[in-house]
Amino acid sequence: MEWIQQLVNGISLGSIYALIALGYTMVYGIIKLINFAHGDVFMLGAFIGFFAIARWEMNVFLALILAMILCAIIGVIIERVAYKRLRNATRIAALITAIGVSLLIEYTVIFFRGASPSAYPTVFETSNFEILGVKISTQSILILSVSIFLMILLQFIVHKTKIGKAMRAVSHDADAAKLMGINVDNTISATFAIGSALAGAAGVIFGIYYTRIDPLMGVLPGIKAFIAAVLGGIGIIPGAMVGGLVLGVVETIVSALGYSLWRDAAAFVILILILIIRPSGIFGKNAREKV
Amino acid sequence: MTHKSKMKKYGSLFMATALLTGALAGCGTNEDTSSSGGSSNAVSGDVIKIGANLELSGGVASYGSSIGDGAKLAVEEINAAGGIDGKKIELITVDNKSENAEATTAAIRLAEKDKVVAMLAPATSGNALATVEIANKYKVPIVTGSGTAPNVTVNDNGSVNEFAFRTCFIDPFQGTVAANFATKDLGAKNVAIYADNASDYAKGLAASFKETIEANGGTVVAEEAYVAKDVDFKSTLTNIKGKNPDFVFIPGYYEEVGLIVKQARDLGIDVPLMGADGWDSPTLIDLAGAEALNNTYITNHYSSEDPDASIQKFVEAFKGKYKEAPNAFHALGYDSIYFIVDAIKRVDGDVTGEAIQQQLAATKDLSLITGTFTVDEFHNPVKSATVLEFVDGKQEFNSKVNP
Repeated sequence: MEWIQQLVNGISLGSIYALIALGYTMVYGIIKLINFAHGDVFMLGAFIGFFAIARWEMNVFLALILAMILCAIIGVIIERVAYKRLRNATRIAALITAIGVSLLIEYTVIFFRGASPSAYPTVFETSNFEILGVKISTQSILILSVSIFLMILLQFIVHKTKIGKAMRAVSHDADAAKLMGINVDNTISATFAIGSALAGAAGVIFGIYYTRIDPLMGVLPGIKAFIAAVLGGIGIIPGAMVGGLVLGVVETIVSALGYSLWRDAAAFVILILILIIRPSGIFGKNAREKV
Repeated sequence: MTHKSKMKKYGSLFMATALLTGALAGCGTNEDTSSSGGSSNAVSGDVIKIGANLELSGGVASYGSSIGDGAKLAVEEINAAGGIDGKKIELITVDNKSENAEATTAAIRLAEKDKVVAMLAPATSGNALATVEIANKYKVPIVTGSGTAPNVTVNDNGSVNEFAFRTCFIDPFQGTVAANFATKDLGAKNVAIYADNASDYAKGLAASFKETIEANGGTVVAEEAYVAKDVDFKSTLTNIKGKNPDFVFIPGYYEEVGLIVKQARDLGIDVPLMGADGWDSPTLIDLAGAEALNNTYITNHYSSEDPDASIQKFVEAFKGKYKEAPNAFHALGYDSIYFIVDAIKRVDGDVTGEAIQQQLAATKDLSLITGTFTVDEFHNPVKSATVLEFVDGKQEFNSKVNP
């Protein structure tokens, strides 16, 4: 029974990683930029949700939607201000800018509210129910269903809508897409908007589930989500979902085996191994880069 | 032409050398007069400056600001009563952002620039430890209100840090009290320990707890660890649950403990949970929720519910100023100031850091809010501990345990 319980724990953690990883992977897939500020958008989402629920007394779902909308706007602003003019610059310049944006967001938040943590308000009474001796809280069910719903919605957007089609085209070949009359700038903005909205949602979910939020909370989950994205194959949406879930479960198993102090190390070992053994990730095809 | 330019060249070279020599000479004289040369800071003028190197922002800001509030109240009271021989106390507060390096810098600033004669050291053991060297170097005594790790005042080789003092008891003592409480009062037999592996504080408590439990005939069925800043404890807690302990000891700080308590209750761990003074923060109740905290205990320095008259007088004064009941950190901050002031009052002649240090070490039977104490040879106060129980989000006085 203990193992089923551990699996439940791992999936709950993994679904949050997966939500953040989706944004990473989408942005990378389209403009080949590792957006290190993504973890901080996640943090901003958590704080927007916190203020919406605790100060403005909003309903959880409204708070979630508000956080997603505001994070989408923030994501677009970040792209327009910091990344757009670097689109033709070297990859390393864009990467360093991303780190700079990340630090800017973190310390701006610390400047305005200090670095001490806040506790998320209790949004619904947690009731536990047992299946075969496994305790599952209504919270984790709700969180899991919201995560899965958002992932399905994303798949729908990418595969069934016009903007999704444009995103796939830009990802494949931006110049050719431009020739075919696709507005590349708007498509990239839409990608940032969708990715950041998902990060914002993950922030709110994280706050509800783990209670504690602080301005530097995005750093580690951000890196973990990046690992999840690489694990699944960076640029591939189902890969990010699977990568996130796998990472969550692996971390839980490492703790369950009694090596709780090694769980963060385990994530990085996975990153190193995947880069050595299969750099294109679980779902990646071994495509050669054009010369 | 060439001759002239040569002259210019040599001239500038000469000027540069002269300037450089002058600068070097300046350095030399500075060093002679700086306080690092041996003599300690002394009081001059009508104010006695006491520094406060506190965590006002960052991870454990709640401790530092509480100590600061308690200290401010004490300073106000003493100044209102005429100060020390007519001299007013000035409290100079510096924020160390809950970081070791910042704590060191803040201590240097207080000793060097503000010339304080004594200072409150940071609230946590790690940050306090970062200032011990500075205290010894500038010969300015430091008093930590809540740095409970033994090595703040005593080095690992057994030598005492001459200028470091504290008003709280040390970690091993709290671990022992908790273990005795678990076996004797609650009848626990199979206990689990879930300790913060990133802090000396928690490791010290866990070690002495384990030792006493085993001495009392109990068994440690699980010993797990976490690292500060973790948020997901469910997998380890599931492990602990599988070992069926009847008591779980969780030494750590409120930021993580709040989440651990909540997640433990979510997983159905209903046995008593216990911690120490690191749990004492209103944030703990926000994080864990009042209901999850039922059936949990902490050892602490004092309780505002304690019926003792002097404690109730302090509680009233505190409520008058801050509109809330003082917690243990408030009381320790308040006591730390009275501890220093008591020593300053006993100084004969010039009030210097060294003179204060001698009087602090000689303190006997000083009656303060957190107990009547005598400073022992290791600069630790010998005094009693209080066990508190959380009932619906409120701390209730359970019992007092003597060393």
